[in-house]
Amino acid sequence: MPGKLKAKIVAGRHLPVMDRASDLTDAFVEVKFGNTTFKTDVYPKCLNPQWNSEWFKFEVDDEDLQDEPLQITVLDHDTYSANDAIGKVYIDIDPLLCSEAASVISGWFPIYDTIHGIRGEINVLVKVDLFNDLNRFRQSSCGVKFFCTTSIPLCYRAAMVHGFVEELVVNEDPEYQWIDRIRTPRASNEARQRLISLMSGELQRKIGLKVLEMGGNAVVGYLQCFDLEGESGIVVRAIGTACTLDKLSAGANANAYTHPNTAPASNACNSPSKDSKEPVFSEDPPTALGPLTPLRVLPSSSPPPFSSSKPCSRQSSSSDTDLSLTPKMGMGSGGSVGKEAGPLKMLLRQQTQTALEQREFPFFTLTCFPPGFLVHVGGVVSARSVKLLDRIHNPALGNPRPYKLLDWNSVTADEPETRDAWWEEIRQEIKSHAKALGCHAVVGYSESTSICEEVCILSAAGTAAILNPRYMREGCLDIGSGDHSCGFCHIPYDELNMPFPAQLTYCYQCRRQKVPDVLFTTIDLPTEAAVSGKGCLIQARLCRLKKKAQGEVNATSISNLLPFMEYELHTQLMNKLKLRSMNALFGLRIQISIGENMLLGLASATGVYLSALPTPGGIQIAGKASGDLSNEQHVLSIQKRINDAMAKNKEMYHINPPELSEEAAGSPIPEPKQRSRLFRSQSESSDELSELDLSHGKKDAFVLEIDDTDAVEDIHSLLTDAPPPAGFYSCNTEVMPGVYNWTSGLQMFTSVRVLRLSNANLTNQSLNKIFTDMCENLLKSLYFKLRSMIPCCLCHVNFTVAVPEDELIQVAVTAVAMSFDKEPILEKLGDRANEDQLQFPMELCAESASVAISNLTAKFTATSVDYGSFADRCSTWLELIRLKAHTIRRGSVKTSRRTQSLGRSRSLRSTRSSGGGGGGTAVTVVKMTPLSFLPGTRLIKYLGIINMFFIRETTSLREEGGVSGFLHTFIAEVFAMVRAHVAALGGNAVVSYSMKECVFMENPNKNQAQCLINVSGDAVVFVRDTDQEATPTLIHTSCGGTDGPT
Amino acid sequence: MAVELDVFVGNTTIMDEEVYQLWLDGYTVNDAVKVRMVSEGMEEYEASAEVVMSDTMDQYRTFQMCERLLHNPTKLANQLLFQIPPHRQAMLIERYYTFDDVFVREVLGKKLSKGTKKDLDDVSSKTGITLKSCRRQFDNFKRVFKVVEELKGPLVENIRQNFILSDKLARDYAAIVFFANNRFETGKRKLQYLTFQDFAFCAGQLIKNWTVGAVDNMVEDMDVDLDKEFLQDLKELKILITDKDLLDQHKSLVCTALRGKTKVYTEMETNFKNLSRGLVNIAAKLTNTKDVRDFFIDLVEKFIEPCRSDRWASADMRLYLTHYTNSAHLLDTFKYQVVWDRYMGVIKSCIFKMYPQMSTFSTPLSGIIDQRFVHVKRDFGPLGRLSIFL
Repeated sequence: MPGKLKAKIVAGRHLPVMDRASDLTDAFVEVKFGNTTFKTDVYPKCLNPQWNSEWFKFEVDDEDLQDEPLQITVLDHDTYSANDAIGKVYIDIDPLLCSEAASVISGWFPIYDTIHGIRGEINVLVKVDLFNDLNRFRQSSCGVKFFCTTSIPLCYRAAMVHGFVEELVVNEDPEYQWIDRIRTPRASNEARQRLISLMSGELQRKIGLKVLEMGGNAVVGYLQCFDLEGESGIVVRAIGTACTLDKLSAGANANAYTHPNTAPASNACNSPSKDSKEPVFSEDPPTALGPLTPLRVLPSSSPPPFSSSKPCSRQSSSSDTDLSLTPKMGMGSGGSVGKEAGPLKMLLRQQTQTALEQREFPFFTLTCFPPGFLVHVGGVVSARSVKLLDRIHNPALGNPRPYKLLDWNSVTADEPETRDAWWEEIRQEIKSHAKALGCHAVVGYSESTSICEEVCILSAAGTAAILNPRYMREGCLDIGSGDHSCGFCHIPYDELNMPFPAQLTYCYQCRRQKVPDVLFTTIDLPTEAAVSGKGCLIQARLCRLKKKAQGEVNATSISNLLPFMEYELHTQLMNKLKLRSMNALFGLRIQISIGENMLLGLASATGVYLSALPTPGGIQIAGKASGDLSNEQHVLSIQKRINDAMAKNKEMYHINPPELSEEAAGSPIPEPKQRSRLFRSQSESSDELSELDLSHGKKDAFVLEIDDTDAVEDIHSLLTDAPPPAGFYSCNTEVMPGVYNWTSGLQMFTSVRVLRLSNANLTNQSLNKIFTDMCENLLKSLYFKLRSMIPCCLCHVNFTVAVPEDELIQVAVTAVAMSFDKEPILEKLGDRANEDQLQFPMELCAESASVAISNLTAKFTATSVDYGSFADRCSTWLELIRLKAHTIRRGSVKTSRRTQSLGRSRSLRSTRSSGGGGGGTAVTVVKMTPLSFLPGTRLIKYLGIINMFFIRETTSLREEGGVSGFLHTFIAEVFAMVRAHVAALGGNAVVSYSMKECVFMENPNKNQAQCLINVSGDAVVFVRDTDQEATPTLIHTSCGGTDGPT
Repeated sequence: MAVELDVFVGNTTIMDEEVYQLWLDGYTVNDAVKVRMVSEGMEEYEASAEVVMSDTMDQYRTFQMCERLLHNPTKLANQLLFQIPPHRQAMLIERYYTFDDVFVREVLGKKLSKGTKKDLDDVSSKTGITLKSCRRQFDNFKRVFKVVEELKGPLVENIRQNFILSDKLARDYAAIVFFANNRFETGKRKLQYLTFQDFAFCAGQLIKNWTVGAVDNMVEDMDVDLDKEFLQDLKELKILITDKDLLDQHKSLVCTALRGKTKVYTEMETNFKNLSRGLVNIAAKLTNTKDVRDFFIDLVEKFIEPCRSDRWASADMRLYLTHYTNSAHLLDTFKYQVVWDRYMGVIKSCIFKMYPQMSTFSTPLSGIIDQRFVHVKRDFGPLGRLSIFL
């Protein structure tokens, strides 16, 4: 009995009237944990009952403490008939299990009912006494801290970054066809909420065990997702980055990051797989070569690293990728993935200990790193796979699997293996892509799915990178500042053996190393990066119709479409980037959603001008070679519009890299022909042809051929993107490059739109336009709504698209609007960055395009395709792609797809997640932000992860204000419950907030609707940063103590 | 292709004050969009009708969701659904409970019943205020009435605490509740020139001096019901007009005091008995509920109109009433000084307030500027000539 959970029900308020006769309620409360239930007395005839109950005590295993939520049900006592439920509160007690987090949960929680929404509030006190049992970490992983934040949390320093952890659990969905089960919607909703709560609790515990085994004490960048597979069940999966974190003392600032860790070497009790492995990089200084023991300094409060004797009977072997990253860094490909040659610069290090055939993934879910951590960035790597969720075969529990796995050697009879295997494939793919880019790690890694009926697309994406291995051992290092600001831009791959075509130049900053002309990444802009001007949100949007189909046919047609979509999204992104005169994308996120009859693709990223990369060339419109005058004029007018737009964009984003003469810069690739025209401003360009040449005389003019209908579409989408109104900026990264002086005024919001396509005979193009307009209009609405915050930046703009039904397109946005002070500082910073820049013009010949394509071909075929027939098809796409006279730059977006028809079995792995509920008094204002920080404040404490799943359903849709009214209320309720939960933990903010899932279904004819929402974030305590002048953090926030209105 | 669903939810609830006002004024979404499109600053954001429409719909929905809480303003402060900064909460409540004087004038003193509510469309077309807004205002009155009806303690304070209103607004509501409870007649033509604020002032005087609460502050309905004992006592004042000696004595005292001090001395002297009879009769009849309702109309008919027809300036009237009140103390046989003061104190201030503003005959009647000027002309006879100045 390692733990005693105590709960006390204090009072209720604003209860609904349950007795029509008296207009009052006879309320009492049931408190349930596990299988134990306590009840309070009935407080008769009152809407604001004061139960003031005794302490209800539950003596439980800490394993249960981690898995189970505390379930509080408020009921109305009825003498003659059954008691009516008023609503429930699920309290996740996980934060109480960590000594550093909250010590008590106390506050007002909204009483939530899945049919009626919030119905009053209840005041609850919860405490946990953990017994000091040395064996307490056997089954549970109490004490491992979880963070949604994708950077090292602000009041910690990373002593060691161990690496990738992942886990998934599967269960039957208690209700997969809601509309058919109107009988007791409440009961099935509650069962579902509870199940998911349990599943995510279990998942978190298992991940925690892996972390302990790796010797870590925390998971950073914890990303948990639900796959609602309908009849196939529910999959809850999570990935994260295991770390050993040290708490910084209260006054410490980020300087501590650079303090070398002087603590002695680790305790000897680490898992055996650890000690023997050391990464060695030839490019590292000799100090890194020796077989150093990983240093690890554990916070005194954290549990001792656990020994390897952990029973893992329930674990599937394939999901046990529990090796620390330290060895992974040095690993070439493991046994089964040996098809790719190991990168030249790495030494292979064999792991010797583990009996299990382990696959390791050098992946990091982090997007923001301590300075010096990131050595080089290769580019975006992504992999997609189309899978068939077989609903015909629905084998009973424990049935050995009826499906054939591929070459996977980890085979057990358990259900998660299927999903594990699926993900493992994808991860291997990613890993090999990274290797192809000469990188040994993938950062900014994330996974997602899109499910429509029985077809499921699994996607994974990240940024191939080379990391500084010293960091992983010693935590913090002083890196020479010399190549700090540009080092990450330098290519990690071999110049002579490039994985894809790219125009290389010498770095415009250090001029020693080569850099690509364009850089795409999924991470945040590194702190040290020199940027000219500001960044902006760049989106590529795409719709593709497909025929309705079933099963394998459907999956095949989807996987046939995928490469085209990726290609076009990539082209769009590139065009839009050029149009803004920028040369790098950060935070790239490509989402592809499947519907019955269409595929939606949405790529969002933040474009910036990196000073280290060459100035992007212009966009050239090429018409048909014929002498058709009208056509030519048309081309010219488009060209002019594009040139004007580019000039305007340059001005708007303050992109003024100083244009140094090549002589001074020592251009490596002099181009005398161009020189004379180079430095004229673009605005000078007129309709005259010779003038037109000027504007893209610079280097690689990007050729768009107008005869192509696709090109028309491209140009259309290029020019219809309206810039944000004056005073607004937007980005999808943590912060806007080029904006530093934030005020504390911020507003987090969620906006959801659903569009019904009325016309059945839509073409791809009209569909594209509709989708683009929808996104653009949504952005316009946001700007309008937030106009009072000007000057303001929408940060972390996160779009998610879905096709909930045949003719519906759903777009949901969560972002934070942050206002900033307009100060001259901005310009100064920009100027300083500019001074460092050099410019080397370089020309891209149009002919190089074909080379690019053929290289891409090589790439596509290199990716493993399971069925030979698909490989054939693959080559046909490439034929098609080749036909397109487009230049592809930097083919760093890789695609692979795979179709598989797999039956599935179900296993009843119970889990849990934090249920709903939270408390807060009227006074506690809880701020929410999708960012990892709050401007003008210091985060002094992380209270634990918030991970909530809610279902709301209605059978009186019209009465609740229609679908909009229904969803509006529900989102507001979700916010309220998150805030209440945070307040009850003693917190005043949620950082790294995200809405992972928003599944909305309606049936207006039946006057019904249902919505599922999953949100997560980190509950924190912050203090106003009034006494300190600035808090240098990982993210470049240096804010004076500004107290703005909230 | 149609937008099926469109919502925006902020962690801090965003509310545009301009849209809030349009909502309170009962504009439909479409009308509100039209108003907003032409309002200032819109060009700056290049807002299309679509964007404004989306924003307006969203805001309207937010207000509708908040309305439930606004009905119970104390809940707004400790509800969890909307995170609204306190000063915004105060604004929301204050604006929600703010009413149009034109509207309240129409229902003042009427029973706050379903019947009255049914007639609101007439009120709406008469006042030009949208029916929706009329209903909100009416429901506010009714809600406040219902809540404070059963509460102990001072009326204004109860309203302020239960509805978190400003002092001014709480007083106005107290007046409305008081009028509704006692069903004072305010709709008669002769009273049309009085504004709500005039009545609110009178209500304040009545509440302060004539209710149960004026003597005992811990009774239910203390500020809503008139003090029955006091009303009974008022009957005793009749002696002032029934006793011939007393009446004459009183008259001579007043006349002595006023002689030479007013231009309308003669008229005053002639009318003294009439006026005194009028005021005392009002007092004596107040035990009848019916007569309580006619209190204001009686004041106008029995006192204000005669004075006006004799062209008393308000200074004359003030002087007269002051001496009329004070002189009663000098009457040896008159024993009801306390009751008299309690009665006349209120009467004086009410009449002062109600007497049409007019320092001399040559200044226009501010209080009578009304669409029913024609009636005023008829009722006030001689004053009709003043119309040329209006």
